[in-house]
Amino acid sequence: MNDISLKDALKVVGTRPVRPDGVDKVVGRAQFGGDATMPGMIFGATVRSPHAHARIKKINTAKAEALKGVKAVITAADMPEIVSEEAFVGEGPMNFRDLSNNLMARDKVLYDGHVVAAVAASSMSIAKAAAELVEVEYEVLPHVIDEIEAMADGAPVLHDDVFTAGVDPKPTKPSNVAKRVEFAKGDLAAGFAAADKIIERTYKTAPVHQAYIEPHACIAAYNADGQCTVICSSQGQFMVRAYCAKLLGIDISDIRVVPAEIGGGFGGKTLVYLEPLALALSRKAGRPVRMVMDRVDVFRGTGPTSGGTVKVKLGAKKDGTITAADAEIILQAGAYPGSPMGPAAMCCWAMYDIPNARAVGVDVVSNRPKVAAYRAPGAPISTFGTESAVDEMARELGLDPIEMRLKNAAKNGTKALYGPTFQNIGYVETLEAAKAHPNLQAKLGPNQGRGVATGFWFNIGGESSASLAVNEDGTLVLVSGSPDIGGSRASMAMMAAEILGIEVEHIRPIVGDTASVGFTFLTGGSRVTFATGMAVCEATNEVVKQLRGRAAKIWEIDVEAVEWRDGSAYPAGDNAGKFEPLSLADIAAKAARTGGPITAKGAVNAQGAGPGFGTHVVDVEVDPETGHVKVLRYTAVQDVGRAIHPSYVEGQIQGGTVQGIGWALNEEYIYTKDGRLDNASFLDYRVPVASDLPAIDAVLVEVPNPRHPFGAKGVGEVPIVPPMAAVANAICAATGVRMTSLPMSPPKLKAAIDAAGK
Amino acid sequence: MYSPTYAAPTTVDEAVGLLANASGSARVLSGGTDLIIQMRSGRLRPQTIVDIKNIAGTIGIREEADGWHVGAATPGAEIGENAGLCAAWPGVTEAVQLIGSTQVQGRASFAGNLCNASPAGDSVPGLVAAGAKAVIAGKNGKRTIPVEQVPVSPGRTSLAADEFIYEFIIPKSSGKTADAYLRFIPRTEMDIAVVGCGVCVTLDNNGVCTAAKVSLGAVAPTVLVVDAAAKALIGNKLDDATLAKLDAAAQAACNPISDKRGTIEFRTKVAGVLARRTAAIAFSRAAAR
Ligand SMILES: Cc1cc2nc3c(=O)[nH]c(=O)nc-3n(C[C@H](O)[C@H](O)[C@H](O)COP(=O)(O)OP(=O)(O)OC[C@H]3O[C@@H](n4cnc5c(N)ncnc54)[C@H](O)[C@@H]3O)c2cc1C
Repeated sequence: MNDISLKDALKVVGTRPVRPDGVDKVVGRAQFGGDATMPGMIFGATVRSPHAHARIKKINTAKAEALKGVKAVITAADMPEIVSEEAFVGEGPMNFRDLSNNLMARDKVLYDGHVVAAVAASSMSIAKAAAELVEVEYEVLPHVIDEIEAMADGAPVLHDDVFTAGVDPKPTKPSNVAKRVEFAKGDLAAGFAAADKIIERTYKTAPVHQAYIEPHACIAAYNADGQCTVICSSQGQFMVRAYCAKLLGIDISDIRVVPAEIGGGFGGKTLVYLEPLALALSRKAGRPVRMVMDRVDVFRGTGPTSGGTVKVKLGAKKDGTITAADAEIILQAGAYPGSPMGPAAMCCWAMYDIPNARAVGVDVVSNRPKVAAYRAPGAPISTFGTESAVDEMARELGLDPIEMRLKNAAKNGTKALYGPTFQNIGYVETLEAAKAHPNLQAKLGPNQGRGVATGFWFNIGGESSASLAVNEDGTLVLVSGSPDIGGSRASMAMMAAEILGIEVEHIRPIVGDTASVGFTFLTGGSRVTFATGMAVCEATNEVVKQLRGRAAKIWEIDVEAVEWRDGSAYPAGDNAGKFEPLSLADIAAKAARTGGPITAKGAVNAQGAGPGFGTHVVDVEVDPETGHVKVLRYTAVQDVGRAIHPSYVEGQIQGGTVQGIGWALNEEYIYTKDGRLDNASFLDYRVPVASDLPAIDAVLVEVPNPRHPFGAKGVGEVPIVPPMAAVANAICAATGVRMTSLPMSPPKLKAAIDAAGK
Repeated sequence: MYSPTYAAPTTVDEAVGLLANASGSARVLSGGTDLIIQMRSGRLRPQTIVDIKNIAGTIGIREEADGWHVGAATPGAEIGENAGLCAAWPGVTEAVQLIGSTQVQGRASFAGNLCNASPAGDSVPGLVAAGAKAVIAGKNGKRTIPVEQVPVSPGRTSLAADEFIYEFIIPKSSGKTADAYLRFIPRTEMDIAVVGCGVCVTLDNNGVCTAAKVSLGAVAPTVLVVDAAAKALIGNKLDDATLAKLDAAAQAACNPISDKRGTIEFRTKVAGVLARRTAAIAFSRAAAR
């Protein structure tokens, strides 16, 4: 194994080969969730609630069933009733009963777009026509969307069995507040008493969607013998299998889930919406059923992340030393409990070494789709508040924002508010690299301003499997259980190639289905290069061991006397004997005679993922007459441990940053008075377009993680954490106006500028 | 189940006949970049679709004595490639090229943009300011009306059931006359105008405005002709006092709604800002002629 400190010795890791899945994607041949077909396939469609909150009085499916071509109609009555049970299948908290009710409403609909029935028919147009023939009688109930309104006395209560957890004494009345968590250290009161300056502000963020380009799509077959096959795009084929089994009462061994290519997930494909419905329809119709959402369904029915309120109080000495920090983060969970308020609270002060600190998270249900994970779930929301406050403090104290952060930075040995003591972290390195970047020397003109913000994300490890097989010609097939949403197939092949000492093109990396590779936790938490990478390295090391054994057999010497380097077996020194080296191809050709196929598996429960930090600096220009913000320059510095494939690491940083800029400037859910989503399309849900943005300058800082064979840390989530505060801080620098509410869209910014008389 | 009929006639008379005799609702199809999307979403379900693109004269651009004849369904991309028209009417031609993207431009037309009758249609204020006319074909032959008389309210036009727009006539520009169009959108493309403004001015040799037409989009149920804004310009050079009057006149003409794309207050203020900025471009273009 390579010594991770010896970066110069690496031949493959750190280079930028063409991705193995690239050509298919560029020429349009890649098979995404909606592309698969099966013989006899029919088409599914859903019936969705037009009400934000209503009791279902009656569902009449007779007319739909009578339409020619309709093969099955299902409602909640066709799905098993699931008891309340915590699920640890996806990313973030989920309850099996809630998920079942979220897929198909049982007694009440809890948001506009909540599915109440599904149909399958011989064509998509018949299915759509049938969906319109399903008659649902509703008793419309008062609804609530905003988290603060949902907490108020007299707010419509969504669930009569939700009693705030985590408070003492336990409440006797149900409410929309599902849970409260708290992390605290030191003595807050003393800390604030010691401060020369205190800043207290309330910030607000709008709910936003992950906005993956590929809508949810699947095809599912429930065969007569009870064997099920699902082909779908998701962030975890094993996650889909587990949820389908549980929600439909099927044994796990009876379901095979085949991962399709995935057109973006960002956390939004870490749970199921269509797959159990398609299976239930298939069971009833006796035919494979394909279901594909349109964009309106995606916006109305699938997981956005929370909107939230963040109350921050920050105290510091004149020299910038932070003496106390307090944050309360109130997040919308959507229709069922389970917002990312825990990670939001844990991350918001993690960049700092603060003696007296607290972070409180509050989970509030309201009449919106149940939230799903979205890139660093929760952290961008809380960090918008805390990093805006730190900026304001630096401004008030007349300090440079990077120096203010350096003064209080978390370092190796700092005990984080949420518990662990940091090791091998690179926060300070990102601040120093940002300070030294040429972009910070750029002169700013009128109406232009520069903003700095930083961010943190844990990154996770967990269970992963991989297998590696040597082919007859010495090439290899590498199978892992991790859906590739960010170029991970390339990284997996590169790590294997590095260990084998061969060219990466000789390894074909694929993502296995649930029947062809061992259990692998879903692609999320920035875990794949770290955890699945460890499984791949384990399998590869085992293959190298076997290759050495085969060479030893051929040479009739001891395996310890065989050395593996540059893709070949060599005798280890003169005492081993004089033999011509045997290449991988040589050994593969003789495999049958030396013991049969050469294959190995790697299976890990990876621990010790290195936490990630990033420092972002953005320059903006504000048009004071219209409130339009133009991003001029963007520098995103991040500690990535070690970049296995630097282009894809940069891609993660650029992508996360761009999503953060969208969150900052224009993205939001807009509701009508009766709680209907008013902007369920990419026309009015405004993600940034290419012409809105400069090239994002991604700067990689490498402080290796010793727990990973090559030093990798997760990289995919950190970059979405700082942008909202960075942009707000830059707008403040440009205009003198402090924006505390997202999005900072032109009408809002213009109104704020005019109100300030600037 | 919804199953519309589709016809692609090759003559004006045939098209008029199909429209006049259609049972149920009928719709003309030009580029389809509004119509097909509205049909897909279920907002519109016409029984008959009459595609006019096979009728001679509905696609293409000719310069004639009475002006530029632009076929109703001529796609934006083709308009943008016509050097003569672009030189004569930079505002009109830039406006149509703001619609959507390269892909959308391959189909999107003036007629569709106008007859979709959204107050936010990007090509409409430019056509109005330039004094363009629509040639309308119907049972009783052809009639010609100013573009601003086509839309009557959001989604509705003044055309009778048997009528369609055959072509547009944009006057020839002469002397120191020039136009400009600007829109405000939150992003830089792929958006619907929150406010749009078309301005056409004629200057004398001293830079004094002798004629002007100002049109605003997305600030009222239909695209507006703002006579008071034109009056603020006529007889004046483009100095601060003139700009202030123009801004005030534009704001005073606004009768917008607050919706997901902008508030009343925002739209009104930005209308004034855009009027000033658009007029400045039109003035400098005219002065350079
Ligand atoms: C992705 C995308 C982006 C867009 N961006 C913009 C934008 O930036 N700005 C903007 O203004 N619009 C935009 N649009 C809307 C649309 O492209 C324009 O309005 C376009 O000009 C419509 O022209 P069309 O030829 O495609 O119209 P069609 O869809 O063919 O017709 C639109 C309407 O006009 C009627 N109609 C068409 N031709 C005639 C005729 N000759 N006589 C009478 N009635 C007729 C049709 O019956 C229909 O009701 C966008 C659309 C898309 C899909």
